[in-house]
Amino acid sequence: MRSRLGLGALSLLLSAFYAADVSAEYGVNMTRGVTDISHSVYDLHMTIFWICVAIGVVVFGVMFYSIFKHRKSKGAVASNFHDNTTVEILWTIVPAIILIVMAIPATTVLIDMYDTSDADVDIKITGYQWKWRYEYLGQDVNFFSSLSTPKDEIYNAAQKNENYLLEVDNALVVPINKKIRFLVTANDVIHSWWVPDFAVKRDAIPGFINESWTRINEPGIYRGQCTELCGKDHGFMPVVVRAVEQAEYDDWIIQKQEQAKAAAALAALTFTLEEQMQRGEEVYLKTCAACHQPNGAGIPPAFPALKGSDIALNDIQKHIEVVVDGIAGSAMQAYGDQLSDVDIAAVVTYERNAWGNDTGENISAADVVDYRNK
Amino acid sequence: MSAVLDNPIHDEHEHHGPPKGIARWLFTTNHKDIGSMYLWFSFAMFLIGGCMALTIRAELFQPGLQLVEPEFFNQMTTMHGLIMVFGAVMPAFVGLANWLIPMMVGAPDMALPRMNNWSFWILPFAFGLLLSTLFMEGGGPNFGWTFYAPLSTTYAPDTVTYFIFGVHMMGISSIMGAINVVATILNMRAPGMTLMKMPLFVWTWLITAFLLIAVMPVLAGVVTMMLMDVHFGTSFFDAAGGGDPVLFQHVFWFFGHPEVYIMILPAFGVVSQIIPTFSRKPLFGYHSMVYAVASIAILSFIVWAHHMFTVGMPLFGELFFMYATMLIAVPTGVKVFNWVTTMFRGSLTFEAPMLFSIAFVILFTIGGFSGLMLAIAPSDFQYHDTYFVVAHFHYVLVPGAIFGIFAAVYYWLPKWCGNMYSETLAKWHFWMSFVGMNLAFFPMHFLGLAGMPRRIPDYALQFADFNSISSVGAFTFGATQLLFLYLVIQAIRSGKPATDQVWEGAEGLEWTIPSPAPYHTFSTPPEIK
Ligand code: HEC
Ligand SMILES: [Cu+2]
Repeated sequence: MRSRLGLGALSLLLSAFYAADVSAEYGVNMTRGVTDISHSVYDLHMTIFWICVAIGVVVFGVMFYSIFKHRKSKGAVASNFHDNTTVEILWTIVPAIILIVMAIPATTVLIDMYDTSDADVDIKITGYQWKWRYEYLGQDVNFFSSLSTPKDEIYNAAQKNENYLLEVDNALVVPINKKIRFLVTANDVIHSWWVPDFAVKRDAIPGFINESWTRINEPGIYRGQCTELCGKDHGFMPVVVRAVEQAEYDDWIIQKQEQAKAAAALAALTFTLEEQMQRGEEVYLKTCAACHQPNGAGIPPAFPALKGSDIALNDIQKHIEVVVDGIAGSAMQAYGDQLSDVDIAAVVTYERNAWGNDTGENISAADVVDYRNK
Repeated sequence: MSAVLDNPIHDEHEHHGPPKGIARWLFTTNHKDIGSMYLWFSFAMFLIGGCMALTIRAELFQPGLQLVEPEFFNQMTTMHGLIMVFGAVMPAFVGLANWLIPMMVGAPDMALPRMNNWSFWILPFAFGLLLSTLFMEGGGPNFGWTFYAPLSTTYAPDTVTYFIFGVHMMGISSIMGAINVVATILNMRAPGMTLMKMPLFVWTWLITAFLLIAVMPVLAGVVTMMLMDVHFGTSFFDAAGGGDPVLFQHVFWFFGHPEVYIMILPAFGVVSQIIPTFSRKPLFGYHSMVYAVASIAILSFIVWAHHMFTVGMPLFGELFFMYATMLIAVPTGVKVFNWVTTMFRGSLTFEAPMLFSIAFVILFTIGGFSGLMLAIAPSDFQYHDTYFVVAHFHYVLVPGAIFGIFAAVYYWLPKWCGNMYSETLAKWHFWMSFVGMNLAFFPMHFLGLAGMPRRIPDYALQFADFNSISSVGAFTFGATQLLFLYLVIQAIRSGKPATDQVWEGAEGLEWTIPSPAPYHTFSTPPEIK
């Protein structure tokens, strides 16, 4: 940036030039990314940028020439011209031509971006307040991905780590060199799924499915964020994608499928109150604490307290119902298809026994199944 | 000329001076009083909205959450946007219209003076209502100034209802103001003042007024649909009930895109008055200026969906809106070229109005460049909803609309109050604003390109440096505006008396009347050469 600021706007423009050159190191320019599309987008971006710079140099050049040469203090005498049809037609037509030249490559890239046919992998992405769900269609793999940065770092009680706010508990794992199609939607409000390195940004809109695709050229970890304001924790729902070789990807899929089976097997077991409380606390902190807060006090009136709440102390059926089916027309989602029966039982048990809600009741997965079967 | 005017003015002055006290302001139908009230109101809103911006910048000074919680942060971004758009910029231009249009076309007052009073007096109530929501249970609107459904309907705080009523009131005020402008310009011009002789400020306002009349009802419609969704069980924007959240965005931006031109066209007009004066040379290409403004206004109706390139429109839709948007660069370019050519081979001096106007041309053009980049749909996928967009629209609104307003105030203040402002202080105001504003908003381009989304209360570590710089710039810019307040008051109270002509190169009817402008002017139409 240098200290050329005094020279005013021209120096700003210059600093933009300068910035563009050192883009990679300092994070001042768009990433080139790791897909063919992201490369084309970067090229478009740079082309239009340089066109603007060129026009800027001419226009501001003339202007600064007048500012320095045609000052009254230097004895400049004003001439009186105020029309020139030729010039006026020229500077209408020339920009129009430049624009047409620009529109051609832009159109080609856009058509490419819209071609979602013949995908090798289909992944459904669903935005929730405030996490992402990834479902691998036809693979039986399906999980949530939410921010894993500890609260202490956010509230400046601990040193912030390198990937502060750009890290998640479960990253999306995809194979490289394969066409991956994303089917993007949302469960509550509008979100937007963005990974700059892929040049993929798609709004996740409740009730609609948007399509997009990518083919990643290099293995690596790619990070992005939700880019549509989606409520309180909009700034805290990152996207992390791990792109790996096909073989590693296949192993990962098998491992995920086995984990799912193991989790399902838990439903047959019974747990003590302590075991339930422990599991419940984990689930609660991960899934519910963003709104109801770790201490159960909530943020009234938007998010009610569970500590001492009528539902958490009394009607068990109602409590299970609220968690499984949510509360229509509110931020309280239906967790029935997000959490397993075991986890729902655990979190309900936790809420009925934590923070002085000492009901002593232990809800089992079977109770949840009973409710679902009703 | 003065011989023609003196008599009628004096008569009027003796018989109907302004009443004294608060009643003067409550019941006034005088365009000058109403203009002043609009301007003061808008400045108050500018300071309030500015404090909100500074709250945002203070929180973003460093990574981590320090000062405010995310819920409150979202209320600040939302209210800052709403207050600045509807409370600061729009009323300031209506204030200028009130003061200037009658004086520029040689009319004694606005065509509909009583309605004029009412359009102003609605505003304090609308904004009182809106601001009061911040103190209500559940907090104020927190869904962004674009209030996308369903975040602003199903998931909104209860105060959304007050927000909706507030927007309705602002809308009524704007529509009445616009009707008044159109009626004045079309019916009250002095004989001989043909349309193509009107000053450009009048032209840009005429076109702006038509835009307002066309789109404010659309805004009213969209908030009414929200009201129905929230309270009466309809599902316009709720997919679960057969509605469509994207419909909201289409309707909103059908209003919203012309709205951004509503905020900039009058500034084009202001600058087109000022640059010729201080270049001592007529405006280059008057006719093409008028046609350019008209084409921008017409095009502004067919580009709305460039705000929505990522919602998943069909390919043809994307292409259409991309091409249409790029097209707007042509008439906008014509305007910039004309301003620069007006300066070329002039005899330039650099008083405060000219400094702000030159900065306007340069910085607005930079905002125009980033706008052109945003128009390229495939690149927009990377820019959309990042700080690049924040940088873009602040470049067109701060050095665009707001510098335009400052320029206008410095230019016409001597005519309004009869005294000159302090040129030294005004230069300080200019340079501090210029540096502060660029420091605040230029780094935002980098932040956006490097991947920082907008409307987030906390960010990843690689964004830290530019955010700190930006915050320093924002506080510089904000503090400088207190200097502006001081120097305006100083000019009104104790500035050196101004001449009637005020500026050496100024042309137009407003400079033919005495400074300060008498309470009633042009009771008898002036002669137009
Ligand atoms: C996105 C924010 C959010 C999250 C996350 C969330 N809730 Fe809620 N919850 C709400 C809101 C809002 C309500 C009140 C809805 C209403 O009454 O309109 C609520 C209500 C409840 C109630 C009823 C409280 C009462 O006294 O009425 C229970 C029980 C509950 N939630 C449990 C949970 C559990 C268990 C989880 C985690 C699995 C969870 N919530 C996660 C927002 C949330
Ligand atoms: Cu989101």
